[in-house]
Amino acid sequence: MKALRNYIDKIKPNFEKGGKLEKWLPIFESFETFLYVLGDTAPKKGAHIRDAVDLKRVMSVVVISLIPALLFGMWNVGALHYASIGENADFWTTFGFGFIKVLPLILVSYIAGLGTEFVFVYIKGHEIEEGFLVSGMLIPLIVPVDVPLWMVAVATIFAVIFGKEVFGGTGMNVVNPALLTRAFLFFAYPAFMSGDKVWIAGLGEGNGIVDGFSGATPLANAAAGLTDKLPSIYDMFMGFIPGSIGETSFLAIMIGAIILLYTGVGSWKIMLSVFLGGITMGLLLNIFATDTNPYMALPWYEHLMLGGFAFGAVFMATDPVTAAQTERGKWIYGFLIGFIAILVRVLNPAYPEGVMMAILLMNVFAPLIDHYVVQANIKKRLKRAQA
Amino acid sequence: MSLSVLFVLAFANVIISLLRNTIPSRIRIIVQLVVIAALVILVDQVLKAFAYDVSKQLSVFVGLIITNCIIMGRLEAFALGNKPWPSFLDGIGNGAGYAIILIIVAFFRELFGSGTVWGIEIVPKGFYDFGYVNNGLMILPPMALIVVAVIIWVQRSRTTELIESK
Repeated sequence: MKALRNYIDKIKPNFEKGGKLEKWLPIFESFETFLYVLGDTAPKKGAHIRDAVDLKRVMSVVVISLIPALLFGMWNVGALHYASIGENADFWTTFGFGFIKVLPLILVSYIAGLGTEFVFVYIKGHEIEEGFLVSGMLIPLIVPVDVPLWMVAVATIFAVIFGKEVFGGTGMNVVNPALLTRAFLFFAYPAFMSGDKVWIAGLGEGNGIVDGFSGATPLANAAAGLTDKLPSIYDMFMGFIPGSIGETSFLAIMIGAIILLYTGVGSWKIMLSVFLGGITMGLLLNIFATDTNPYMALPWYEHLMLGGFAFGAVFMATDPVTAAQTERGKWIYGFLIGFIAILVRVLNPAYPEGVMMAILLMNVFAPLIDHYVVQANIKKRLKRAQA
Repeated sequence: MSLSVLFVLAFANVIISLLRNTIPSRIRIIVQLVVIAALVILVDQVLKAFAYDVSKQLSVFVGLIITNCIIMGRLEAFALGNKPWPSFLDGIGNGAGYAIILIIVAFFRELFGSGTVWGIEIVPKGFYDFGYVNNGLMILPPMALIVVAVIIWVQRSRTTELIESK
């Protein structure tokens, strides 16, 4: 580690004012601060926060909390592939297959996203903003495993430019860039983002697939009214089901959630209220359930484990930039996400999954919610002051 | 039809009068346009759902209400305050501007959305064999707005005096 520090110190003068690589200073700085915490960013006197945790460390915590879901996702990709061709493979073969399949997605998402960010940083001469650290990890986790890599690249570049950079970069974005990537893919290339061919590696080519093996996600089955074909609660909880890479395992996501909550990075209010919203809507639909739509009778706890609900609630809705900022606003924001997600899921036949739409919609509404919460508070206090 | 006009007019009046103290007078026409367009689309959707036959006959007029607003806006903004000849030139200029923007937007949407320009295949066959797929989002309406936004972006970064001082 010492050698690295020395090397950075040695090349540093090149980037400072007058150095021959002066123009590359923002990019150099971003790498330096990524590796080391700079001790002297806040002045010694005055009201400044002197916490060792800065944005980069916060991002790192989120990335760490994603790792259980990622590892499980890799294993699951392999497991489903071998199940589809009717072979039994040992643990490491299974995991290895998934690893080879998922790794390119991660690389492409990081290269495309960070590349775009570097271009903007270079043009603007800003310091790099590290928001993409998390987005780059989220993107591979919310796409089907067989999505073509160039599509991921196009969608990532689109999302970074139009979701983030046009609004002023990290911290200014209105919607979550990772979700925007998924939304772009979903609308631009629907054939690769839905249906029952895309969720399992190699199923699209149709080589040696076991008869009667269906690659449909449980959500697609449920939307088609085949609620009796749903997997067991245990399978859904553990995540042995087809779906986007990181979203299937409730357990792995909960481990991530615990890390986020323990370190205080994710807001428990948002997580809890998203689940509350989902439960409320699930129960409401149960009351109005008819014979024509058996999906409406699905118990609420199955809703929470299906599809991307848990993943969205834990990792997407809690994004501190796009969520509501006020404490009461967080409750409203989270509750509406859960509520709308289940509503779209059950009542709109065109979209088997509503979590993405719900979060993006509430991202847009979050500032409005905050505005009214603040206004209400001002009114309340004025009244108290007059009384 | 009469009911639709009644509905749109009544609610547009209510909404505008609710907003009347917050709308800056410079962009009042645009705000009114947005309100009217939103209501018209609402009516159109309701007609489509509950009176499909009526909607088939009337949907052309429903769309025209919005186009009408664009022209009204220009009349208000320029023609009311200027002589006939400059107004005529202004009309041509604005019309040409709208036309160019429409053509640029259409060009990009057609190229990426279906791989054609004026109906002629542009994207070579080999691309598709490699796994290239047309971008479905380009065909959907929101992408038109994003293309327009990019045009504005390019325009403003070229001529920096357009950027308002804060």
